[in-house]
Amino acid sequence: MTDVSAFRLPLFRRKREAREVRGYWASVANRLRYDYVTLFFLAIILTIVLLSIFAPLLAPFDPTKTSMAYRMKPMGFRNFILGTDELGRDMLSRLLWGGRTSLMMGLVPVAAATVIGGLLGVIAGFRGGWVNSAIMRTMDVFYAFPSVLLAVAISGTLGGGSKNGMIALTLVFIPSICRIAESATTQVRSLDFVEAARASGASTLSIIWHHILGNVLGPVFIFASSMISVSILLGSGLSFLGLGVEPPTPDWGLMLSTLRAGIYVQPLVCALPGVAIFITSLSFNLVSDGLRQAMDVKA
Amino acid sequence: MWYYAARRILMSIPIALGVTVVCYALVLLAPGDPIQSLLPPDASPEEIAYLRKVYGFDKPIPVQYLLWLQRALSGDLGISLQTNRPVMLEVLNALSNTFVISVGAVLLAFSLAFILGTIAAYHIGKPADRIATGVAVVGVSVPNYWLGIVLVIVFAVKLGVLPATGMGSAGSSSFSIFDWNQAKYAVLPILTMSLVPLGIIMRTTRSAVAEVLNNDFVQMLRAKGLGPLAVLRHAIWNALPQVLTVMGLQLGYLVGGSILIETIFTWPGTGFLMSKAILTRDVPVLQGAILVLSLTFVSINLMVDLLQTAVDPRIKRA
Repeated sequence: MTDVSAFRLPLFRRKREAREVRGYWASVANRLRYDYVTLFFLAIILTIVLLSIFAPLLAPFDPTKTSMAYRMKPMGFRNFILGTDELGRDMLSRLLWGGRTSLMMGLVPVAAATVIGGLLGVIAGFRGGWVNSAIMRTMDVFYAFPSVLLAVAISGTLGGGSKNGMIALTLVFIPSICRIAESATTQVRSLDFVEAARASGASTLSIIWHHILGNVLGPVFIFASSMISVSILLGSGLSFLGLGVEPPTPDWGLMLSTLRAGIYVQPLVCALPGVAIFITSLSFNLVSDGLRQAMDVKA
Repeated sequence: MWYYAARRILMSIPIALGVTVVCYALVLLAPGDPIQSLLPPDASPEEIAYLRKVYGFDKPIPVQYLLWLQRALSGDLGISLQTNRPVMLEVLNALSNTFVISVGAVLLAFSLAFILGTIAAYHIGKPADRIATGVAVVGVSVPNYWLGIVLVIVFAVKLGVLPATGMGSAGSSSFSIFDWNQAKYAVLPILTMSLVPLGIIMRTTRSAVAEVLNNDFVQMLRAKGLGPLAVLRHAIWNALPQVLTVMGLQLGYLVGGSILIETIFTWPGTGFLMSKAILTRDVPVLQGAILVLSLTFVSINLMVDLLQTAVDPRIKRA
């Protein structure tokens, strides 16, 4: 895919006074400063993260305390601002606490896969030869599974639980991240400045550290950030199928699944966890898009 | 081109073999003795030893894998622990149902996405583009299992115009998409399923058409006095192969990833079969479904690649 915004560039190419040269990160920050959509959704993400971190302080009730008398109550019933679920637990508290597990399911697998996949990709790209073939052909095999199927297959055979769910999601993301890191490394490896560094006696590790990583991290980071929303959706999906977080731990995906029986009684209350998942994944998607544009990384 | 086709087919053989290794390894990873899951808990030691021999579990793992592969290649994926029917039969029946909704969803997504994407590309940066791009982002961000529930609330519970779940009385054997009384069961699953490919195909169309519109020959077309529609016609023909490729890949993802949608709508496809198998720990069915689905995915990708080279002569592959 090519960068569509490229052909609007001439508009901005006005005559400019010579001034202080901006570094890469400064110009990225400057582009972000005027990207109000990205800033707005970044603020939403920060809010969600803060709400989840401080859930123990903010939640008005115990998220696992059940009550037979107050089952499936509408929003605003007594002190239950967002109503109660099928076991009489407070929805607001469960949503706040659920944000913790859902964000974990979104962030941890992507972070782990970025480290593992990035490392494998850099090794494959830098060494080339049979090492490259061995790593990349193995990745091709995992690439031959649709992501949902692979996640379900791994967590389905390992058995449920949030730990197995995260392992499954990590394995799902490693191949694509590895491919990005590999192709970026291969591109940089044969460039003159790497040759120059080698000729001047730099060790392999220091070449990778100083010359390769800087060129690989950008694309990998951007791609990984676009995977967060996928990971949140997939993670909630696994919990929805009973393969992720186990009850009574609050999790948005799991809440959606257990509340399914209540859609005829309180459709609005039952839709809330889905709204939470939607807003979170939408925000991560849009912020990732904004970062991609600001950092000028080609997809 | 024929050289490329032969090479591409040969290259997918090791991948397919790798897929079978992974499918086999999954069962080894599963906690517990596979023999235990095949037998009632009160089986005698002699029976266990007998089955171990029959299934070849007393041999080294590579040998076991080859034996399993041999059986799988001849169409024997074992017997379902729940229904006692051959796994192959169950999976293939379900696969045809999955194809009904996946193909429907991809076609729906393609027709909408192509129109929206072209409009967006023509008006890049203008409100029409913003709206279309917004629809695409929402499409890939919505948890579709949740959207399915919302659609059920609206269309089945509140309005009562469409059935909420299942496949109707006809069942899978005589299902026809052309008979409304049966086809209406597929409407909500198809709608829900089409959202993600809608977003992705729209983005591809937008950038592909915009890229073509940026070419010199488009300037030329405009210069010689063609109207916007005629110019777009040229742009669309040039962008189409790329979009069709993405559409083919999306079909593969839908077929392989139908489990959430099928679970919500209890649509009797492979995904529903798998989620039942997970609940009942029916390992042969789970393994068989994963194997068939991933091999289907590999072959869809292969076909998309070959078709793309056949359709688009500009692609010269090394």
